[in-house]
Amino acid sequence: MQLILESLFNGVAIGSVLLIAALGLAIVFGLMGVINLAHGELMMLGAYSTYITQLIFKQVSFLKPFYDSYVIVAIGIAFLVSGTVGILLERTVIRRLYGNPLETLLATWGVSLILQQFVRSVPLAYGSGLVIAIFIGLITPLFLSDDLLNGAKGRLIRACTWGMSALIGVATGGVLSSLVSKLGRASARNVDVTAPSWMRGGIDFLGSTYPKTRLLIILITLISVLVVIFFLDKTAWGLRIRAVTQNRSMSECLGISTEKVDIITFGIGSGIAGVAGVAVSLLGSVGPNVGVNYIVGCFMVVVLGGVGNLLGTILASFSIGIMTDLIGAGRLLTIWPDMPSPLASTVDFFATTSMARVMIFALIVLFLQFSPTGMFPQKGRMVES
Amino acid sequence: MKLSKRIFTGLATASLAVTVTACGGSDTSGNFDDTVTVGILHSLSGTMAISESTLVDTEKMAIEEINAAGGVTVGGKSYKIKYIVEDGASDWPTFAEKSKKLIDQDGVPVVFGGWTSASRKAMLPVYESKDAFLYYPIQYEAQECSNNIFYTGATPNQQSEPATDFMYKRSPAAGGDFFLVGSDYVFPRTSNTITKAQVKQLGGKVVGEDYLPLGNTEVAPIISKIKVALPDGGIIINTLNGDQNVAFFKQIQDAGITPSNGYYVMNYSIAEEEISTIGPEFLEGHYGAWNYMMSIDTPASKKFAKSFKKRWGSDRVVADPQESAYNMVYLWKQAVEDAGTFDDNAVREALVGQTFDAPQGPVKVMENHHLSQTVRIGEINSKGGFTILEETGVVEPQAWNQKHPSSKGYACDWTDPKKGEKYRM
Repeated sequence: MQLILESLFNGVAIGSVLLIAALGLAIVFGLMGVINLAHGELMMLGAYSTYITQLIFKQVSFLKPFYDSYVIVAIGIAFLVSGTVGILLERTVIRRLYGNPLETLLATWGVSLILQQFVRSVPLAYGSGLVIAIFIGLITPLFLSDDLLNGAKGRLIRACTWGMSALIGVATGGVLSSLVSKLGRASARNVDVTAPSWMRGGIDFLGSTYPKTRLLIILITLISVLVVIFFLDKTAWGLRIRAVTQNRSMSECLGISTEKVDIITFGIGSGIAGVAGVAVSLLGSVGPNVGVNYIVGCFMVVVLGGVGNLLGTILASFSIGIMTDLIGAGRLLTIWPDMPSPLASTVDFFATTSMARVMIFALIVLFLQFSPTGMFPQKGRMVES
Repeated sequence: MKLSKRIFTGLATASLAVTVTACGGSDTSGNFDDTVTVGILHSLSGTMAISESTLVDTEKMAIEEINAAGGVTVGGKSYKIKYIVEDGASDWPTFAEKSKKLIDQDGVPVVFGGWTSASRKAMLPVYESKDAFLYYPIQYEAQECSNNIFYTGATPNQQSEPATDFMYKRSPAAGGDFFLVGSDYVFPRTSNTITKAQVKQLGGKVVGEDYLPLGNTEVAPIISKIKVALPDGGIIINTLNGDQNVAFFKQIQDAGITPSNGYYVMNYSIAEEEISTIGPEFLEGHYGAWNYMMSIDTPASKKFAKSFKKRWGSDRVVADPQESAYNMVYLWKQAVEDAGTFDDNAVREALVGQTFDAPQGPVKVMENHHLSQTVRIGEINSKGGFTILEETGVVEPQAWNQKHPSSKGYACDWTDPKKGEKYRM
């Protein structure tokens, strides 16, 4: 019993990291059909946001008493940061490439390289300043009435808001770099996020230890999935997103602004990548290459689950997680100790992390032979297909 | 703030230099008769840049020290050492290409360079075919002995073997079972083959081993394996690389694999630099084995750490690879002075037998182009350094490991033309 519980927990723990990482991609790739290779780098930005939030909470005197709760604040910040960069990416690059998957793939790969080099060579303080400037610049027009934004006067006002946000960004960058000297220097060095003390260690239950960070990640994943499902199924914008996914031109005819739908979908997908970055930063170190390590796993999950299906994504990530633990940790031998010897030696051969990966990839390839569109293929008539 | 301070110090030094030269008259080369240019070849960009740039800093410092003390004296003439720094870019073919450039185009008599075994293996054929000389400063898996490379880092019998012995006989987990964890490439696999043979000799048991693919940070399956294999604590030998250590130590602490529960980790790739990145709170109570540790309490060690901090900033630390890099520059200088020429073959002959009072203590160049050095076992403390627990005497290097099944009974001796790279003892 203890063994099954432990194995299940480990599988769910590995699976929920995969799920939170792939969830944003499932939205962007699944609903919009955009192959976003910069998804991993959006996660990386989320991880760096956690690091910056942590440093600010450590250094700024009036935030110090709340240090223990910085992770929760970081989730919100990471969502906004990655969402902002995602929207910028959509507005500047991807919007011009809809319907050209190959070009999108290459362009987003280029963007991912730019982002990696950006965190290496720009001091984090000024990087944050830039993101804040873009964020304010994007959001201010939403608060101004249409009268102000139209006509010749409108152009001037728009330019003014961007100028103002640029100033705020520069100021924030300066303040941050003087407050936290570590952020004022560019560094290619990996940095470290330390979980607050209440999140370190484990909880003992029925004779086994369950790490608290893992429990928190499972919780973050659960909440994110529920929020996304609620948003897509119960809100007006969710309905519009689903409509555009099914038939873009018909939706346009019915008065849905597909442009706005694209922005919101991409923004949310990118924002969730940021939340995934927070989760990932709690497990390992934060560096420019953090995203690269996860991107393949993300695509694997989305393809196995079936493009455009959230339930498939959830099931796929948990089954990959449980398989990883069953094969990689050699659980099968523990569960069934007197396995016939040829089988036992095969199982033992695959019971290492490297070989388990090989095995799982092989199994996925095999599965896709029989079900090329994944676990839950999309049904119904699609305009694009 | 920091930057402006640096600029200021830079300006101050520059103006000082101007004054000094002005006083010294028009002779810009100082009191030297001539100059000699050496090559420095490490990664200054890419993933290895973080580690390798510290070696460039150390080598520059050693060269500056030698110049300040009058340079290299060859045949009654004093030479000022100049250097050309090339970037290997964390890309192994680039290392070979830049080596060719340094040897053919710049005509340097010696190249100080490399970090990863992969980069060394890429450079080796270049130096052998051109009969040039590479000085390589990193602790590595051995099983190699080239006439054209001088290895100043530790071989496994100068690091992992004494460490395994300590863990099995004298650590708090003495007599316990072993679990081996490493990154999936040549150094951890070779090192663990040696460890397994040694544990068997000692009468202990290796109950499991696992390798994490480079770049992978999901260590949950390894943790479950450790818990199944070592339910009541034991010895873990860790050869993980770089930031995979961060994931490993964060997650094992959460899973209750800690010194207080009887699990002790011996690390071969964690030095002072890495401790500060991972965070001492995750590493406290675990162990490390090196030839040099910053906490060595001798005047030579303190002077080395102090000059490095003075030269490159007070927040910098020195660690074992840097010490090896520092030693090799001085050993080259001594060998050149003894040979009385910069010619490779004469220097190579003069090199064997050289001794140097290194920051770690006395070191000596052996016939197999490796160094005999002291091994230290340290416990990682909360301040981010090592508390030194044990010090061996001077240990002679084995280029061909005597516990590895493929090289048992073999040795290397370049002073005797009949023996050479690999001969049966």
